[in-house]
Amino acid sequence: MEVTKVINATRDFKIGEIETHALRGVNLSIEDGEFTALVGPSGSGKTTLLQLIGLLDQPTSGQVFINGQDATRLSRNQRADLRKGTIGFIFQFFALIPTLTAYENVEMPLLLNGTKPAERKARANEVLKAVGLSDRAHHRPDQLSGGQQQRVAVARALSINPKVILADEPTANLDTENGKQVMDIMQKLNKDTGVTFVFATHDPRVISYANRVVTLQDGLITKDSKVNGKS
Amino acid sequence: MNQLFKMAFRDLGRNKRRSILSALAVSIATTLLIFMASVVRGEFRGALQNGIRLQTGHLQVRATSYDENKVSLAWEDLIDNPAQVTDQLNALPQVADATPRLIASGIISLGDKSRGVQVLGIDPSAEANQIFRQGVIAGEFINSDDREGVLIGKPLAERLGLNVGDQVNLLINTSNGDVDEQPFTVRGIYTTNVFPYDQNTVFMPLTKAQAFAAAENHASLIFVLLHDQDQTEPVADALSSSNYQIVTWQDLNELSVQFEQFAGAYMVILYLIILGITATVVTNTLVMAVYERTREIGILAAIGMKGGRIMSAFLTEAALLATGGVIGGLILGGLITNWVSSVGMVVPATQGVTGILIGDKIYPFIVASDVISLTITAYVITLMASLYPAILAARMEPVEALHAQ
Repeated sequence: MEVTKVINATRDFKIGEIETHALRGVNLSIEDGEFTALVGPSGSGKTTLLQLIGLLDQPTSGQVFINGQDATRLSRNQRADLRKGTIGFIFQFFALIPTLTAYENVEMPLLLNGTKPAERKARANEVLKAVGLSDRAHHRPDQLSGGQQQRVAVARALSINPKVILADEPTANLDTENGKQVMDIMQKLNKDTGVTFVFATHDPRVISYANRVVTLQDGLITKDSKVNGKS
Repeated sequence: MNQLFKMAFRDLGRNKRRSILSALAVSIATTLLIFMASVVRGEFRGALQNGIRLQTGHLQVRATSYDENKVSLAWEDLIDNPAQVTDQLNALPQVADATPRLIASGIISLGDKSRGVQVLGIDPSAEANQIFRQGVIAGEFINSDDREGVLIGKPLAERLGLNVGDQVNLLINTSNGDVDEQPFTVRGIYTTNVFPYDQNTVFMPLTKAQAFAAAENHASLIFVLLHDQDQTEPVADALSSSNYQIVTWQDLNELSVQFEQFAGAYMVILYLIILGITATVVTNTLVMAVYERTREIGILAAIGMKGGRIMSAFLTEAALLATGGVIGGLILGGLITNWVSSVGMVVPATQGVTGILIGDKIYPFIVASDVISLTITAYVITLMASLYPAILAARMEPVEALHAQ
């Protein structure tokens, strides 16, 4: 089943008098359970495409469907509602709220979702366990290593049982060991829970995890290939 | 909701010094508001009580044609045989003391120095006049049978360079329209601590004043003090069927009440200035917080926090700041006001406004309604000041906020 579909999406940015065409008519369909890498050089449009799929931004033209729903027709608040029930995010920087503990960061999307307290507690502990951070649940981000922070971000993205988790350069700020740990966890979650992952990267070690690689260049998809031997 | 408070509380702790300074601004503003309101209340309350104690009483009984502005001494404008009226009034259970007074305008002079004064003929033994006896700071109080002695106020004595035992000339208008002048001896110098009153009022025994002003057995008014100020209206109503004019302290201190209202309006401008400065501090603090946390706002928006909730998060922060500030201000304002009201706040000797007897010390007086209304105002204005930064945060586009540095 299709989790997200992008039809002929363009995205233009105007900075001063200069107009940049970040996406020039992208068509992409992501199926349930995929572990897809968006690859390409800097400025190729990976992050912009991820933001459109994540409903953080709107296309200049074209359509974005999430779970069969045309997101381009939704208001800002409706998009926020759709995001909080469907999409998990992992960012390049360790995007945790510094005043909240690991547990509270993971709990936040559940709270926004209206999940009941007992269920919230159980789910937050479950996903923290899944990323191997049960013993760090009550630590604040500044008491965690970069790798641990990114694993908390993975747990937070996973907490709401999303249809899709979008990760923008998830290992860019991590050393090799921590980067590998995070990717291993993401891959395991994909296999164990079936949650779809779409991640933007230009790190060959990260690309090697993907079962589908979508290559972008100058705002267009130039190559879309399934990786042999991977489900 | 709980999470909002938790986040807001922790966010305030991220830059403790800035949060404390902002809360302190709210505290100082609340303190100032409470103190200023209490000073104004105390000033007018004191002036009113001075007016009642010294000048108006709770009630005055006058001849129907008496006009206090003219200080008429014509017999038809005076009360004939005041002792009889006084006795009747003193028989009323609500009356603490009723005593006749004769008022004449005059000029006191010593050598080439002179000054316009109000000459008050009083019964020196009356309870209501013991306040003047207690205020004697040099010499002695006047006696009923004294035919040559006067009691003068301290500022007047200083102005004319008078001491106890000195001779002065007193010139007054008499009831038959003439002017009479007689020498008097300063028996004593008094103070009521109300500069404008002490500077302008000269006392002599009622019988001497009656003789001096050719008023025979007449008085300008009967000065009445009640046991309970709240009994004024019922007593006035009970006396309204008499042949006299009954004037209450409210009527006689109308200027003071009007002036208080005017001062109240003027104070609102000062309050708004103080609150405006405080609001600027709070707005500045929260705008800085919004810009510092732009990326976090982006994260929260990305995981589905709507603009309204982001706004609530900042408003909650402002509410905590305001609560802390206002509580601090209430405590500080209460303590300062309480202390000043126990020792009094010295104000420079003032000529005052005619009819308003401001003492030489103000005793701030806290009124619950002032404290409640000003505290709520400070609280609401702090919250209003946080609206702009809260809206700023709520309107941030997630994608732009996420890319903030």
